[in-house]
Amino acid sequence: MTSAVPAKAFEQASFEPSPAPRRRSRLRGIGLPIYTALALLFLLIPIAYTFVFSFNDSGKLNIAWQGFTLDKWLTVCNTQGLCEAFGNSILVGVVSTVVATALGTLIAIALVRYRFRFRSAISLLLFLPMATPEVVLGAGLAAQFLTLGTEKGLLTIILAHTMFCISFVVVTVKARVASLDPALEEAGRDLYGSPTQVFWRITFPLLLPGIAAAALLSFALSFDDFIITNFNSGSVDTFPKFIYIAAARGIPAQVNVIASAVFLLAIVIVVVAQVSRAARAKRLAKQS
Amino acid sequence: MAFTAFSSQAVVEQAPRKRSFIALVLLLPGILYLVLFFLAPLISLVITSFQQPVLDGDVGEYTAGFQWQNYTDAMGEYWPLVLRAFGFAIIATVLALIISYPIAYFIGVKARRWPLLQSLLLTLVIAPFFISFLLRTLAWKQIMSDEGPIVQFLKTVAILPSDGHLTGTTFSVIFGLTYNFIPFMTLPLYATLERLDLRYIEAGADLYASPFTVFRKVTIPLSMPGIVSGTLLTFIPAAGDYINASRDFLGSSSTAMVGNAIEANFLVLQNYPIAAALSIVLMAVILIIVGIYVRRSGTEDLI
Repeated sequence: MTSAVPAKAFEQASFEPSPAPRRRSRLRGIGLPIYTALALLFLLIPIAYTFVFSFNDSGKLNIAWQGFTLDKWLTVCNTQGLCEAFGNSILVGVVSTVVATALGTLIAIALVRYRFRFRSAISLLLFLPMATPEVVLGAGLAAQFLTLGTEKGLLTIILAHTMFCISFVVVTVKARVASLDPALEEAGRDLYGSPTQVFWRITFPLLLPGIAAAALLSFALSFDDFIITNFNSGSVDTFPKFIYIAAARGIPAQVNVIASAVFLLAIVIVVVAQVSRAARAKRLAKQS
Repeated sequence: MAFTAFSSQAVVEQAPRKRSFIALVLLLPGILYLVLFFLAPLISLVITSFQQPVLDGDVGEYTAGFQWQNYTDAMGEYWPLVLRAFGFAIIATVLALIISYPIAYFIGVKARRWPLLQSLLLTLVIAPFFISFLLRTLAWKQIMSDEGPIVQFLKTVAILPSDGHLTGTTFSVIFGLTYNFIPFMTLPLYATLERLDLRYIEAGADLYASPFTVFRKVTIPLSMPGIVSGTLLTFIPAAGDYINASRDFLGSSSTAMVGNAIEANFLVLQNYPIAAALSIVLMAVILIIVGIYVRRSGTEDLI
């Protein structure tokens, strides 16, 4: 800010106050917000489409608009296999999120807090799953299950999802661990807290926002995964796999209902989280 | 601190060993999991890619071997799909970067003064994550279908010939890939631009650099970490994607990418060695490209 003042003075003193750049900057001043608004609208088009067509009074094919109805929202589970697939997605998402979050959090703590050998090899092992295309991860696991003779089903889907979620948990939680003041845990130890007490009463609560963010990310990744699931699910359907199979003959509107409901729920969670964070920040600002 | 002074000697002696023991306990379960379900599968993929068919065996029966021919067969048949996958992925990544940068710049820099607006806009950027990727792609298929509004409009203004289509074309596949990965590009860009120190930009302007020069010489280099992670998060999944290019979604048989060939060979034809060989080729090319790219852009600390 301080350096801008003499610059402005120079500008005024110069002989040709060229109007062109100023006009351009004013144009850019409204150009960027308009562009952003249009780009975000563009991002939301398919979401709006999915939501609107969940109210379509359609037959088996949900393509042309036939009129408004709430029927599809009330008869979601009448579509054969849909609610089962949705239930499988929730089950897989919850189990793999819990396992991946636990394993990933421990790794994140170790990476920030401790020194150990083979550090770069471990970092590479954590980075590679994120740099590998899903189709390779899926085919690799499927090849392994084939060699071992493991029958594909819910268990193999959960094993696969946990695998690709771990690295994302590590990255998310690691940032939180790094911002933690070690003096707080030291104080706990100085007050004769046992290692377990220090962990559960000091470290864990302080890490909780990071862990929660990692868990939400894991669940979202697992819930929306199709490619890896397709290779390792056998005859079991998840919600995305149901959509993929149905896409060949036409998607029933009930699929739009579930997707819209999940979308609304997720938006509510995000908004509540943001509002509560803003409220906490305000409270902290007031205290200090 | 006084409490630990009593036992300080014992602590000092034990500390290093105890520390590495704790680290081992923390790391072991997760690392073991990744070894079993990430590393081992990659190795079995390599082994599978060299397998040979069982003599007089059923479809899908293979035995250990060293059939290098699988690779030449796979590439001989599918090299156009491999090239297409990387071509499409590169174009989609560049388009996503061009589209996302201004969005991220506005949210991260211009909207800084209004935190509420900032978090609202960010929520809108991540909103597509909350609805199935497959459904979003299918929604575009419907919107771009022959009876849909876009095709009708393009036909009346004669941009598209009267027998033209949008779905099933190279255009629609690249469109779908670009659309689907814009949030993956925008978020890392936002994360770096949000921390951008505006004094550097002011300094550039003070030194009489034009806005364009400031952007090129100051803003872009400072946002390089975001550009690198955004392009990787877009390019890698886009190169392996087979949904957008699939016939039931935005593609047709003439837009198939290497992912489509891997899926078809593994899950339909049960030709596992060819699918495995294609996967290894895809992974190897990606690792080479990513390695060169990361080294050249000078941000190697990714995790």
